[in-house]
Amino acid sequence: MLQFILRRTVGAVVTLFLIGAATFFLFVAAPSDYASLACGKDCSPQRLADIREALGLDLPLVQQFWDFMTGIVMGRDFPTGHCSAPCLGQSFYSGEMVWDTIMDRFPTTLTLTAGGAVVFLVVGVGAGMISAYRRGSLLDKIATGGSMVLSSFQIYFLGPIVLWIFVYSSGLMDNPKYVPITQDPAGWFVGMLLPTLVMATIFTAQYTRMARSSMIEQLAEEHVRTARAKGMSKPYVFFRYAWRGSLIPIVTVFGMDVSSMLGGAVVTELTFSLQGIGRLAVDGAVHKDLPMTMGVMLFGAFFILLINILTDIAYAYIDPRIRLS
Amino acid sequence: MTTLTKTEDSPAPTGPDSFLSVRDLKVRFSTEDGIVKAVDGLSFDVERGKTLGIVGESGSGKSVTNLTILGLHNPRTSTVEGEIVLDGKELVTATERELERLRGNKMAMIFQDPLTALSPFYTVGRQLSEPYMKHKGASKKEAKDRAIEMLTKVGIPQPKMRFDDYPHQFSGGMRQRAMIAMALMCDPDLLIADEPTTALDVTVQAQILDLLKDLQQEFGSAIIFITHDLGVISHVADDLLVMYAGRAVERGSVREVMREPKHPYTWGLLSSMPRLDSSVDEALEPIPGSPPSLLNPPSGCPFHPRCAFRDQVPGTLCSDTRPPLGEGRAAACHLTAEQKQTIFIDKIQPRLR
Repeated sequence: MLQFILRRTVGAVVTLFLIGAATFFLFVAAPSDYASLACGKDCSPQRLADIREALGLDLPLVQQFWDFMTGIVMGRDFPTGHCSAPCLGQSFYSGEMVWDTIMDRFPTTLTLTAGGAVVFLVVGVGAGMISAYRRGSLLDKIATGGSMVLSSFQIYFLGPIVLWIFVYSSGLMDNPKYVPITQDPAGWFVGMLLPTLVMATIFTAQYTRMARSSMIEQLAEEHVRTARAKGMSKPYVFFRYAWRGSLIPIVTVFGMDVSSMLGGAVVTELTFSLQGIGRLAVDGAVHKDLPMTMGVMLFGAFFILLINILTDIAYAYIDPRIRLS
Repeated sequence: MTTLTKTEDSPAPTGPDSFLSVRDLKVRFSTEDGIVKAVDGLSFDVERGKTLGIVGESGSGKSVTNLTILGLHNPRTSTVEGEIVLDGKELVTATERELERLRGNKMAMIFQDPLTALSPFYTVGRQLSEPYMKHKGASKKEAKDRAIEMLTKVGIPQPKMRFDDYPHQFSGGMRQRAMIAMALMCDPDLLIADEPTTALDVTVQAQILDLLKDLQQEFGSAIIFITHDLGVISHVADDLLVMYAGRAVERGSVREVMREPKHPYTWGLLSSMPRLDSSVDEALEPIPGSPPSLLNPPSGCPFHPRCAFRDQVPGTLCSDTRPPLGEGRAAACHLTAEQKQTIFIDKIQPRLR
């Protein structure tokens, strides 16, 4: 187990380095850079050169990349001050340290992700399990039909409708916003409720369908029939034998969803005007803000790699046939 | 008028000691294509300490019959008629709760493929202990002792260590032994073995068969042994029931049926069995045609489309009238006893030698 984690960690570090390299060199291969954008209409060659120098864009590309990557581990010094590790550079656009900006926005994204994850697992998987248990019942039909309808919605469609109903027309709630949980837990909850629910509703429907079909598949397994032949009760067989096997696909998709959401839920953030990581990624690319783009990319990739490792460990716990090696 | 819907009116012999008695059992599945008559008027008895062998091709209703005895058929898609009486208790009308109390306790089943029939997620020990704890109210410790005792009995080496292994850490033969141990945990009075040796290689097969025999002598259980392998059945069974298209076509003791089969289908089964001592040039005799669709079974005798001897039966009797299965040693066929005797001696017996 320890060996597995160690090996995967080394692999993840290498992958992060490669992702960083790919992002960096793809970014600088683009036809325009931040300097030419910032220089504006009446741009003189001298002014352009000055801006490039100030941003460090005059240095050789390999050195720029190397400085950035070593900065993550060792920290860096900028004319405006020291940036301690993990240093993701200084934003061209805002002049702020990228790490600080990300840390400032991350709670919003984390709230969305955590709230979503709870709803996916409790409501989504729960409804799917109940549907499978009471297969063919009215409840099953409602859950199946409902999830079909909901999963074909889009956040940018459902979001504005919900906003209109609860905020603009009735005034029941304020516009969604992030309030730090440490400051005002109730405000935090109410502020993030609508975005989390809208996002969760659409994803949850997928979990319902997946949990139901996975469960039904497991119920047809021979070992489930054997458990019944031993005289074990229906709920026992359902929740001990069939449930266990149905977890693998759910864990897989759950891991993918959570890791990609931690890297930014772009559509949800834009729909509800929230300042999260996804917003940073979009802005970074639009402003040709190289350090910000690099930072957000690596930050997101980190979670994907981390959760991948956790998912593999979870597999081994669920199914003893899977050995971590 | 056909008598297709009419069932065998003559009941099978009811022994004084008949422990399990199945009467006129009908199991139907509704599918998208129509109603499948998986079992259509089946009757048989099993006595304590005796083994009934059931043979037949795939889809002849062998497995369905036995899943129905345990009540493991899907109640949403299937209907069951008739009577199944286990030690005086009617099972067709029993509630799920009553069946749960009997399953794994009074009646247990050994499944064909122990790799898929054991859960990959739990240890062998846990899977063995569960029914004992549930039915006997035993503690975890008692169940563990019992499981280790049973694992020892079925010949698993180092049972104490193996108790905590997962099924995938067992070999095929050991898994089947574990499966048998699991079925025997609560000393069941009725043991149903559904092709328990089909997934195993021949040497292991022989060991498992011997094991079952020994255990039967020790526990005195009634066994229903389902197989399509006549070679296997002659080693283990006392009585034999030959099934075709969801019905019994021949019944008798193993010796009688194997030595002097009376139904054309049984003749076909025996002739298609390879023999070690026959010449290699001699071709096997398969039964012509394929098993009938149970969605729309043939009228009259269900075997008549494949039967080589139907021209010896006068008129359209074979395609009109379902031949009844008499009592005791019997075959459901319209051929007269003399005809059968002649055909058997002239045409069938030479092939079996």
